[in-house]
Amino acid sequence: MNWTAIAAIYRFEMARFFRTLAQSFLSPVLSTSLYFVVFGTAIGSRIQEVEGVSYGAFIVPGLIMLSVVMLAISNASFGIYFPKFLGTIYELLSAPVNFIEIVVGYVGAAATKSLFVGLVILATATFFVDIRIEHPLAMAAFLILTCLSFSLLGFIIGIWASNFEQMSLVPQLIVTPLIFLGGTFYSISMLPPLWQTITLFNPVVYLISGFRWSFYGLSDVPIVFSLLAILAFTGGCLAIIGWIFKTGWRIRN
Amino acid sequence: MTTILSIKDLRKSYAGGFEALKGVSLEIEEGEILALLGPNGAGKTTLISTVCGITTPTSGTVTVGGYDIQADFRAARKMIGLVPQEIALEPFEKVWNTVRFSRGLFGHGRDNARIEEILRKLSLWDKRKNAIKELSGGMKRRVLIAKALAHEPRILFLDEPTAGVDVELRKDMWQIVAELKQAGVTIILTTHYIEEAEAIADRVGVIDKGELLLVQEKDALMAQMGKKQIEVMLTEPIAAIPDALSDHGLTLNGAGDVLIYTYDTNAERTGITTLLNDVAQTGLVLRDVQTRQSSLEEIFVNLVSGEPA
Repeated sequence: MNWTAIAAIYRFEMARFFRTLAQSFLSPVLSTSLYFVVFGTAIGSRIQEVEGVSYGAFIVPGLIMLSVVMLAISNASFGIYFPKFLGTIYELLSAPVNFIEIVVGYVGAAATKSLFVGLVILATATFFVDIRIEHPLAMAAFLILTCLSFSLLGFIIGIWASNFEQMSLVPQLIVTPLIFLGGTFYSISMLPPLWQTITLFNPVVYLISGFRWSFYGLSDVPIVFSLLAILAFTGGCLAIIGWIFKTGWRIRN
Repeated sequence: MTTILSIKDLRKSYAGGFEALKGVSLEIEEGEILALLGPNGAGKTTLISTVCGITTPTSGTVTVGGYDIQADFRAARKMIGLVPQEIALEPFEKVWNTVRFSRGLFGHGRDNARIEEILRKLSLWDKRKNAIKELSGGMKRRVLIAKALAHEPRILFLDEPTAGVDVELRKDMWQIVAELKQAGVTIILTTHYIEEAEAIADRVGVIDKGELLLVQEKDALMAQMGKKQIEVMLTEPIAAIPDALSDHGLTLNGAGDVLIYTYDTNAERTGITTLLNDVAQTGLVLRDVQTRQSSLEEIFVNLVSGEPA
C-alpha cells in the first residue's frame, strides 16, 4: 500500500472541508435545531413518550443517521466526481496508486467528515434533550460503519454519475424516502400491522433500529439483524468497488 | 545512451471499433527531447495516455526504465511526469497545496525546499498562496508543470505545452525544457508548432492516423528529406529562361529577376558548379545568390499528405 499517496488524497479532501469549516459546522447545528423545533416541540407535545423515552430524545439517533447518511453520500460522490468533471482525475490515473488506495483516501475523508457532523449533531441534541447512551461501543461501531458504508455508496455513485443530475438522483429519490420511512421519527410499532411488515423490507429500518438500541436499548428489530444488515450493506458496496477496480468501469477507457 | 522508454507494437482500439494506435513501436533514449508531430486526432494524446496509465492498451508492451507499465505499474509510473493538454486543476485549491498533493500522490515524502525550488524556477513562488482560479491561463499551465515536476520524474510528457500561450511564455517554456534536459530529464512533447520541434527537439517523430510514420534525428531528417534551393538573383529581369540553361530545370520568379534551382543535398553531384558556369556563359549578371532549406513544417506537411518533400 502506498500510504503516502493515501495520506495525500485524504489531506487534500479534508482541506476542502476545512476551507468551509463554518459551513460544515453551522449547517448541521442549524438543521438539527430546526428538526427539534418542528418535530420535537410541535409533534413532541402530542406524543409524550415512545416506549418510555421522551419523543425529543427518541428521534436523536434517527436525526444523526439522516444527516450522516446524506453527508457521507454527498461528500464521497462529489469527492470523486469533481476530479472527473474537472479533468484532474488524469493525475490519479497516472499516479503509482491502485484503485483500492484511491478508495481508501476518498472514502476515508468522506467518512471522517460525516462522522464529525454526526458528533456535532449529537452534541447539539444534548442542549435540547436528555440523552443517555447505554451501549457506547455499539453506538460508535454503528456510527462508524454507517459513515464508511454510505461513503462507499457515495463513491460508487460518483464513479457512475456522468452529470450533476445523476449525482443527486440516488440520494433524493431513493435514500431520502428510505430514511424518512425507516423509523427516524417514529417507532415501527406505531404503524398498522400491514405497514409494519412492508417496512421490514426497508434496509434503513435495521440501521436506525440498531443505532437507537445503542442509545436506549429500544429496537424495532433484533440487534443482530441490524448488525448483519449494516455488515451486508458494507460488503455489497465493497464487492461493487472490487468489480470497478477489476474492470476500470467508467474510469479508464 | 540507455533506452528509458520502450514501446513495442502498441495498439489501442476503442469500443466503437476506432483504432487510435495501429502498432506503434518507439525507443526513447535517456536525456533526449523527442517531439511528436501530427495533425489533430493522429493518436498523439492516446499514445501519451497509454504510456502514463490513463488508457489501457489493447495490445503491445511498454516499459519505462525496464519496468512494464502494467505488471510493474508503480515503479514505471513513479518515473513519469505528465503535463496534460487541457488545463485541469482544482479551482479553489492553493498553488502550494496542489503541488504538494502531487508530490505525495506519487509516494514522495514532504520536501518543502524541493517544492520551493520548483515554484521559484517556474516563477510561481509569489503566487503560492493564491487559489488556482485567481491565476491567468499561462500561470495555470505553469502550475501543471510544477505538479508534474514535484515528484521528480525522469521522463516528462508535455502534451501540447504551448498551445494557446503567448510568444513570451512559449519562449519561457522552451527555456524550462532546456534546463530540464540539462538536469537529465527525458522529455517527450507533442506539438502543433513545428518551429517548437525545430527549436528544441533532438529527434522528431511524425504520427498520423495511429501510425508512427518516422522517427529521426531532427538535423538528419531535415538534411535527408529537405530540398535545398539556390536563388540566383539577376541585376536585370529577363522575359524567359535562356535556352542554354534549359537543362537545369530552373524556374523563374514572377518579376523575372530570380532563377530558382532545386537540388538534393544528398545527391552525389548537386549540379551547382555547372549551373553557375552556365549562367556566367549566358552573360547574365548576378546581384546575389541565396540558398534556402525546406523547413520541418514543409517536410511534415509532405509526409502527412504522402508526397515526397
